[in-house]
Amino acid sequence: MSDAATSGAGGTTMPGGAAASSAGSTAGASVEERAAAAARRHRLEVYHFAVAVAAFGLASVMGVMQSLTRTGVHVPFQNEAVYYMSMTAHGVLMAIVFTTFFIMGLGYVLLRETLGRIELEGLAWASWWVAVIGTAMTGVAIASGTSTVLYTFYPPLEAHWSFYLGATLVVVGSWGFCAVVIASYRAFRKANPGRPVPLAVHGILTTVIIWLLATTGLAVEDLTMLLPWSLGLVQKIDPLIARTWFWWFGHPLVYFWLLPAYVIWYTVLPRVAGGRLFSDQIARAVFVMFILFSTPVGFHHQFGDPGIGAGWKLAHSVATYIIIFPSLVTAFAVIASLETAGRIKGARGLFDWLGKLPWADPLFASVALAMLTFAIGGFGGAINAAYAMNGMVHNTAFIQGHFHLTVGTAVALTFLGACYWLLPRLLGRELRFRRLAQAQPYLWFAGMMMFSLTNHVTGLQGMPRRLFAVDYQGAAVARQWQGLTELSAAGGVVLFLSSLCFLAVVVATAFWGRRIAPPPIELAVPLSAPTTTRGVWDRFGLWSIVAVVLIAAAYAYPIYHLYAMHRFGSVGYQPF
Amino acid sequence: MKVELYERIWMALAAVMIAGFLAVMISSSVAHAIHPPSHVETIDPAQVATDPDFSRPRVEVRPDGSALVVGTAEMFAFKPETVRVPRGRPVTFRLTSPDVIHGYQVVGTNANAMILPGYVTQFTVVFPRAGEYLVACNEYCGLAHHLMQGKVIVEEVRR
Repeated sequence: MSDAATSGAGGTTMPGGAAASSAGSTAGASVEERAAAAARRHRLEVYHFAVAVAAFGLASVMGVMQSLTRTGVHVPFQNEAVYYMSMTAHGVLMAIVFTTFFIMGLGYVLLRETLGRIELEGLAWASWWVAVIGTAMTGVAIASGTSTVLYTFYPPLEAHWSFYLGATLVVVGSWGFCAVVIASYRAFRKANPGRPVPLAVHGILTTVIIWLLATTGLAVEDLTMLLPWSLGLVQKIDPLIARTWFWWFGHPLVYFWLLPAYVIWYTVLPRVAGGRLFSDQIARAVFVMFILFSTPVGFHHQFGDPGIGAGWKLAHSVATYIIIFPSLVTAFAVIASLETAGRIKGARGLFDWLGKLPWADPLFASVALAMLTFAIGGFGGAINAAYAMNGMVHNTAFIQGHFHLTVGTAVALTFLGACYWLLPRLLGRELRFRRLAQAQPYLWFAGMMMFSLTNHVTGLQGMPRRLFAVDYQGAAVARQWQGLTELSAAGGVVLFLSSLCFLAVVVATAFWGRRIAPPPIELAVPLSAPTTTRGVWDRFGLWSIVAVVLIAAAYAYPIYHLYAMHRFGSVGYQPF
Repeated sequence: MKVELYERIWMALAAVMIAGFLAVMISSSVAHAIHPPSHVETIDPAQVATDPDFSRPRVEVRPDGSALVVGTAEMFAFKPETVRVPRGRPVTFRLTSPDVIHGYQVVGTNANAMILPGYVTQFTVVFPRAGEYLVACNEYCGLAHHLMQGKVIVEEVRR
């Protein structure tokens, strides 16, 4: 029960009272019965987390093998074909499967707990099946060796059609999730006219809106270009137009990953730390800013591309800088929330509240280290998006260093930590191997610093990303980055040990954890009383329209120009 | 919306910092004409081998001392493989690909561009230091991607 003890500290009653229902409705039943009831109630969510954890585990094995391969250490089964194939799988499993299934599961938990119920639960199950079938289809395509196109799948590298179809099905499954969230939100609005939606649902709905805007680009690329081309219905494909649609999707994808992590930072972390949410309204404003500026920024991934005018690239670069703002606001609001926790526990000085925080709590440690990492990764992102500086880092190891700090730690470590918090609540089981769960976030942080910071340096030295071997056949300049590449591989080993700790805790808890009365799922309460009327930051329809206008302003003319240009197209290649 | 004083200060500082970044970025790119490679020109990738220009990978040194490099990136080599260019003079690269997407990165400089089949990549750089530079393909192009490399040799201008 130690897990429940930390999360209860400093809390008051839940707004609306809906969250207490899981514990309250079965009062009087035995511990066994209450645990079993929780597991039944959360079956849908648990099935999503199971896929996420399996994808994470598989991709972790590939990650460590890839990092070792580049040091010259003998790794079984490693050759060029296996290396680039497993890199494709690592990217797809980590960046798409692990994140998407976790986010869907988290969304369902938060809907169920804060709204009391999920609308269209049948559709949610159907979507799970569609996404699982899609994952399997893409997985088989990759494992067959016919689709070694990496997780960015830029044509005219041509994968087997089932690779694209599987990815499309995963997205279709996620659209089912979006429909469930929107339907649940509408049901809440109908039952509670004029009231603001709980903050956690506000964040999940924001995530869903961004995802729908983002996946529009991917759907166009998949349905009008990649699928007909890989099926042989058309002979040629335009690589630049495909890249443009891909990055329409590819950058807001980042916020699809990040915002659910922010939801945890804003609504779960302060509660676990024993404090209050600093400001409910600020969090809502932050989420709205992401709706507006997530998508009209994609050209900052295409600075080096021919065929797109410099002015449009500069415009997207400016929009990218605007979106730094809500993250800086988040940094203040979340840290201020943690300070309230330290003050409630008696801290008086300028910084001693830091020492009062529950650093031995697995969720707290995970999220705190995730946030610290994001501070570094965020500034790295500003360098990537800098119109002229990008040329120093584009497609170098700096980029893989960057996104392992952001999605690979700020997001992933938050999600891993959330699993420790969720499992006892969803399954009614006590966390097994608690010491491993406590150590795991610190191991991850240490391993990732070794892995990522070295990649930042080797990237600045000019080492490209995505290399099977880094020696360039003895080129003098390549010698400077070989030592650091070995250090980054050592970081990969530490990360793998951290992954094993996580997997051991999760599997042992899920199957052999002692049955306990599930602790209630309680979220942070704002410092000042939350407003009871719907404000401007809850006008989702309005903000979605503004977002579409901004996307049109950023993309309509350049895309029209691309299609109108005299172009030739490319046939497919399979150099793998 | 009620915002605490300290938070207002933080927001103002954040806005000022971002505005500062943008001011530096926009003014430097406009004042010094620093732009990423953004040339707009198309070519049939199936005809690169017979194209009058790209079928002759070469370096031309013009009378004013500047140089023109015309070449291709293809699985898994750059043509020309070795490029000799003058130090301190504008060097214009014109590159394209007959097959998949490649990258052209002159390691240790900020010459770094994508090469897409169907498009002509063109950019101009000045190499301030003489020496031999590795050219690496930095976009995955197949199983020998890590072996795809070339050389830029920056030479002192003979008088």
